[in-house]
Amino acid sequence: MPPDGLIGQALPRVEDERLLRGAGRYVDDIHPEGCLEAAFLRSPFAHARVTNVDLSEAVRAPGVVAAFDGAQAAALAGPLVFDMARIVPEPVRRSVDPLVRVQPMPSLATDRVTFVGQPVAMVVAESRYLAEDALQLIDVEYEDLPVVVDPERALEPDAPLLEPEWEDNVAIAFNFRKGDPDAAFAAAHATVEERFRSHRYMAAPIETRGVVAAVDPFDGRLTVWASSQTPHLLRDFLAGALGYAPDRLRVVAPDVGGGFGMKGSIYPEDLLVPMAARELGRPVKWIEDRAEDLASSTHGREQVHRIALAADADGRILALRDDIVHNAGAFTTLGLVVPYNSLTHLLGPYDIEAVDVRMRVALTNTGVTAPFRGAGRPETVFAVERAMDRLARELGMDPAELRERNMVRPEQMPYATGLVYRDGADQVYDSGDYPGLLRKARELVDAEELLAQSSEERRIGVGYAAYTEGTGVGPFESARVSVEPGGKVIVRYGGASQGQGHRTTLAQIAADALGVRFEDVEVRGGDSGELAQGFGTIASRTLVLAGNAIVEAATEVRERAKRIAAEMLEISPDDLELAEGAFSPKGSPGTKLPLGDVAGFLSPFNPARPKGESADLAAGSIYRPSTVTYAAGVHAVVVAVDVATGMVELLRYAVAHDCGRVVNPTIADGQIAGGVMQGIGGALYEELVYDDAGQLVTGSFLDYLLPTASEAPELRLAHLDVPSPLNPLGVKGLGEGGAIGPPAAIANAVEDALHELGVVVREGPLGPSRVRELIREAVKAGHGKVNTVGS
Amino acid sequence: MAEVDIRLTLNGEERSASVEPRLLLSDFIRHHMRLTGTHVGCEHGVCGACTVIVDGEPQRSCLMFAVQADGASVETIEGVAPNGELGPVQQAFHEAHGMQCGFCTPGFVMSLTALLRNSPDADDDELLDSLSGNLCRCTGYVNIIEAARLARERMNGAA
Ligand code: FES
Ligand code: FES
Repeated sequence: MPPDGLIGQALPRVEDERLLRGAGRYVDDIHPEGCLEAAFLRSPFAHARVTNVDLSEAVRAPGVVAAFDGAQAAALAGPLVFDMARIVPEPVRRSVDPLVRVQPMPSLATDRVTFVGQPVAMVVAESRYLAEDALQLIDVEYEDLPVVVDPERALEPDAPLLEPEWEDNVAIAFNFRKGDPDAAFAAAHATVEERFRSHRYMAAPIETRGVVAAVDPFDGRLTVWASSQTPHLLRDFLAGALGYAPDRLRVVAPDVGGGFGMKGSIYPEDLLVPMAARELGRPVKWIEDRAEDLASSTHGREQVHRIALAADADGRILALRDDIVHNAGAFTTLGLVVPYNSLTHLLGPYDIEAVDVRMRVALTNTGVTAPFRGAGRPETVFAVERAMDRLARELGMDPAELRERNMVRPEQMPYATGLVYRDGADQVYDSGDYPGLLRKARELVDAEELLAQSSEERRIGVGYAAYTEGTGVGPFESARVSVEPGGKVIVRYGGASQGQGHRTTLAQIAADALGVRFEDVEVRGGDSGELAQGFGTIASRTLVLAGNAIVEAATEVRERAKRIAAEMLEISPDDLELAEGAFSPKGSPGTKLPLGDVAGFLSPFNPARPKGESADLAAGSIYRPSTVTYAAGVHAVVVAVDVATGMVELLRYAVAHDCGRVVNPTIADGQIAGGVMQGIGGALYEELVYDDAGQLVTGSFLDYLLPTASEAPELRLAHLDVPSPLNPLGVKGLGEGGAIGPPAAIANAVEDALHELGVVVREGPLGPSRVRELIREAVKAGHGKVNTVGS
Repeated sequence: MAEVDIRLTLNGEERSASVEPRLLLSDFIRHHMRLTGTHVGCEHGVCGACTVIVDGEPQRSCLMFAVQADGASVETIEGVAPNGELGPVQQAFHEAHGMQCGFCTPGFVMSLTALLRNSPDADDDELLDSLSGNLCRCTGYVNIIEAARLARERMNGAA
């Protein structure tokens, strides 16, 4: 393990100054000479046959250079085929024998549209204004087809089919069983069964998506700048779809204004804009507008769980059953990822012996759902953690106490759940103290005094949510560390930053592993031109994977430099120390040989350079984790509910978190705070609503409500970090964790506040009108006043 | 479309241009003046990323046409600390880690700069009111609120 020097220090971020001066370089800030701009005509219907697309007037409009329909696009570039989505590791196949059907997505609709916002035609013009003018001149003939929006309805035998050649709308299905759940339910002292729904909301980064593409007129190479989390994956995809050798194609993710999973997907525009640039021989840009983002960028969540728990009289959970329906939207682009995450995070921190889960993923005429911060975990945690509270009430137990009684104990680590993770490895929690996290969260939220202020009109409740999170999924990430002759260290990594502060944290890691000063390290990422191989920043993986790749590469550089320095100083390598970027013989810190001089010594211009050594002081590494490492957290929140208005106020929010060894506490806490706020948004304000005809009702920020500073609660954070034994740095990922707990914790707190009224919370968001409705219904159902349910 | 001549002061410099009447001020600043620090997050007046200071008041540049800025004095993020040290609001965002991706940051800095110039002793409610006009999707606001308080303290100290 590298020394603790810089790791764990709250160093200020190196990326800030540029961004604060307005000198960031986001995709719309890139405007090559002669750049054209694209605009898309999108389907106004959720399901229709496209019988004719007439571009003839649009192409003659002022400033228009070209227009494309689905047939033209299909002739120039392949459809979007998500090969990776088809991969099912053999152990996963053995464990759950999944059905996985992945459809190719046309870049522009050809004969059919299947969701509102699906791109149908593209216009390229001298400016965005002119391109949008021309969209209005395109004539498309549609023939209505029957629409299905609700995923449960989509599974009924007479539901309209999204894919006419399929016999049903099931894109993915699997079952998992362990132990003897039937016997456990039969023998149980208490059981609960409920239907919980995790509603649809989305990442909505403040910077929308965007793509700029330019072909070099001299050598024909294509450069694509995209607001993407995965530039290398996009390069590989584009190389295939456009028929480029990967080395003739460079994808750059410049500064990216937030991603949260949404920018880890590949979209039709990512393909169409480079295609147009190639066809037209001029740079082309497209920047998504907010209406497009809400309708056409990937959404998150939307699962219905029919979940049941069986427990003995002591509150020991004997079995869990869950029948899950997941709404994929109109296409499955990432296959098992989200639904399978829901399975492997269903048991969370709990030790439950008998389990029976069925998952069905339905296609519907709605926008595509894909990973969004948490990616299947918040959905599943909402169901399980709500069920825990129902069970606690049934048993007359304190919900925190019930949780603690069922948690995997630290001495059970490493703990095998009996499931297989998505990467094909047995699911084994590597480390963690779940009861400790719970106690910490409880202590932090310090609910008693607040609860005492509860009144008939303003009812106060407390809620918890506990979760685990497999982080740092493979297959790999790459890094390269090089020492320049001046002593500057350049670290290249295969991921990309969307605000996580990689240039700071990865520099801390590199500086420590190498033995140089933090200021001398420059981190470069998000550019397939900098490093041939890479995977990208998704799934809370960069710190774990790129971090450890950097440690490996830096260690190799350090050892090699030491050997050469020893030759230069004519002493044994064992007698050398490297600190602050210079070697010194042990015991004589006054003598210094800077690392930059060692790099310079290797220069081909140096006649005295050692024979047989390569000319650069650099090393690359590809880090492949054996499997994921398990972060965990417990959230606790106290809410006040105004019974008359239905308004929910968050009085205090506490998070106890385990993300392994922390590299930069300020940045780590910032990640958690941001995730929590996105979860709060989902719990209380944000919902993507479709009407029965498949029209998106929440098509702007006036209807899709993001939380503002006024909604930020008092936030108390604590770390209970248990270093992961699975990687040299001991780190676990943490990008997503914060967003997993809030929907469940807040729903639990609201139900707790209103339990005397008999309210049961089955779905969010818990805006005033829904809360009022819950209260009205409960009162109408005669749950009446006081002490009717539980204690 | 017929173009209209406009003259305005942009970050202290006299500028003139011919623009279409429908050109948004945000597009004029970003694409015609090439000052790309002003960002566009929604183009319908909600996110505040496009905030600039027009004649001393914070304005959403996506809700104004460039022609409406004729004769006005417009200040963008590039004008807050043209060279040398960061301004006090910028410095506070850095120190309090009030930013992650940085896309919303110029908008916040402009809103807050205008507020604290006009009312340096704004109380916490006024601060929060002003901050609530800008959306951030990364930070969860906690550190932005912290940064706003820090900036207020510094600007008061300096006054
Ligand atoms: S871009 Fe102007 S308010 Fe969002
Ligand atoms: S820092 Fe990313 S939106 Fe605010």
